[in-house]
This record gives sequence, structure tokens and C-alpha cells, in this order.
Amino acid sequence: MYLLVIGAGKVGTNLSRELIEQGHEVTLIETSQKRYQAIEPLFEHRIQLGDASELWVLERAGIQRADMVIAVTGDDEDNILICQVAKEKYGVPQIIARVNNPRNKQHFDLLGIAPVVSSTSLILSFIEHGVPQKGLIRLLDLGSEGIEIIEVLVAEDSPVKDRSVQEVELPERTLLISILREGKGFVPESDSVIRGGDRILAVLDPDQEEGLKAAFGTR
Amino acid sequence: MFVLIVGCGRTGSRVARHLIQQEGNEVSVMDRDPEAYARLEVGLERPWSELGGKFTVGAALETEALELAGIEKADAFVASTNGDNTNIVISQIARERYGIDKVVARIMDPARAEFYGGRGLEIICPTSIAAGMLGEALGYPATGTVS
Repeated sequence: MYLLVIGAGKVGTNLSRELIEQGHEVTLIETSQKRYQAIEPLFEHRIQLGDASELWVLERAGIQRADMVIAVTGDDEDNILICQVAKEKYGVPQIIARVNNPRNKQHFDLLGIAPVVSSTSLILSFIEHGVPQKGLIRLLDLGSEGIEIIEVLVAEDSPVKDRSVQEVELPERTLLISILREGKGFVPESDSVIRGGDRILAVLDPDQEEGLKAAFGTR
Repeated sequence: MFVLIVGCGRTGSRVARHLIQQEGNEVSVMDRDPEAYARLEVGLERPWSELGGKFTVGAALETEALELAGIEKADAFVASTNGDNTNIVISQIARERYGIDKVVARIMDPARAEFYGGRGLEIICPTSIAAGMLGEALGYPATGTVS
């Protein structure tokens, strides 16, 4: 595969190195001359100096034949623009964008930039996983594929408490895939009984979240 | 007309002053730098706020700041920050999230201006305009788009 990686910060350089080791063809684009000079000995012809929001810089790097563009600069506007241009002007089949400020995620969603990766949100979700406070936690979000994996806590007053899996009225396109209880997880059978304090993993269409919350009595 | 202008540099402040002096306009300006306010009052006979002008400090992508500046009731939106990409992104937010019909963005880079102009954004590209006029001043009027 031919991949363009935009932004040669820590994320961009480590990612590019791994991709090259996996045998992919990679071009890294960096806008800061200082940063470029510092890592050019490592990447040699695989790194180019330039502002990747300028179309000619992308074209010089061969965006027309790229299989994937990965925008991991420290600037959310730049990541949005680069992905939008890659997808819509050059028809790049796959894009991945980094969200620096999780509050900007809504703008990526609005403009159809997906999938996105936000290390802040990821760390937050792990913290929530360790210390469950909210009823519903998104563990994996494949928005563009229309699927996500969530974790939901069964409260003591939940309507599904002490009922078997087959008795739970799930919304459409939703599947319970695991029950986490006392530090262990198992794949439930249809007659497995859900207890209060269980954490349930479900795979579902993101549109069905509200329905799942209703079924579990999650606020 | 209620106009929201994001980016209070030389261009944004000039547009803002021009608009507020027209009858019936309400003008709100937003900039991340509080000092940018001073630009609004250059050459005005009365203070900006006395003329009914609004000024909000905030970064362009902050939804809360945009809403504080009145984006929800804006009839027109001008993106004139010093970042092309910022202007492109907030114009699309103004149009697609807040449904503002009249959205104009200042884009310095002619290539980006052309691409986004073709996608339905109203773009002003000072670079192309200046290049054309400079050529014309030398006696060679532009025959097509200079990019």
C-alpha cells in the first residue's frame, strides 16, 4: 500500500517507521523546516518538506495514487482540511484523522471525516472503564462502518437485573457479546442470568444506543 | 441584517466597521485575541459598543464561543481569520450546522479557494484578485483565473 502520513511529530514519525517496517511505501510530509531537518536522516527520501494543506505539496507527494492518507498534525483544522481534500478532490479510498482537542470531534463528524483517533478521548474511555461512573461507555467506534462496541453497567434498579439474556428486549441490530462479572468476562448463553453490577458488552448500530439505554434503564 | 465576523484582523475589522455604519445592521465580531478589539474602533466617531457592535473573545472552533457571539441567529457569516484552513472549516460549520445561507470566507491560497469555491462555499481570494490587478496595472489584464 502507498500511504501518506501528514505531520512528523511523535505520532507521525513512530507510525511511519512501523508502517515502513511492515513493508508499506510511505511518504511523510512535515511543514516545519527545523523538524524536517532533525528527522530527515532517518527517513531520507521518504520525508518531504512542505505544508500539506497546499494542494501542490500533496500532488508532489503523489496523492493521486495514495491508498490511504493519515493526517496526524497537531492542528485539527489542518487535519480536517487535508482529509476532506484527500477524499473529495483526489478520491483517496481511506483516510484517518487525528483529533487533538476532543471537543473538535463534533466538527469532524459534521464534515464526514472518519475514522478519527483522539488519544485524549481514548485515555478518558480507559479511565471510565476502570472507574465506571457513567452507564454507557463506547469502547470502539467504527462510525463509518455503522457499528460500535459499548459497555453498559447493570444498575441495581435496572429492568434487566435477574433476567436471562433471552428475556431482554434488545433494539434491532444489537447483540450482547460478553458479560463482565467480578473481574472476569464470558460469552453469555441465552439462559445466562444478568446480575446487578454486571458490565455488559454489546455490539450495535450507533443509532440504537438510545434503545439499548432504555432496555437497560441506563440514564 | 445580523452579521457575525470571525477574525478581527485588518480585513475583518474593516468589514465590521463598514457594516456597522450602514442602517439596520447588527454586527458581532469574534477573535481569539482580546487586543484585537482596538482595531474595531480605529477611525470610528463613537465607541464600537455604543454603535451596537458586539465583540467576543474565543477560538474559531469553539462552539460555545461561536454561540455566545450569536451564530445561532446570524443572517450572514464572514470567516476572516489568518488561517485558510480555519476559515474553510468554520464556514462549513456555519453553513451545515447552523444553516446560515450567506457564508463568505477569505482564502489566501488560490488552489484551496478554487476547490472550495467549486463545492458551494462563497470564497474571496485576495491573492488572485491582487495578482490580477497587478498584472493589469502593468498593462497585461488577466485572461483567466490566475492560480
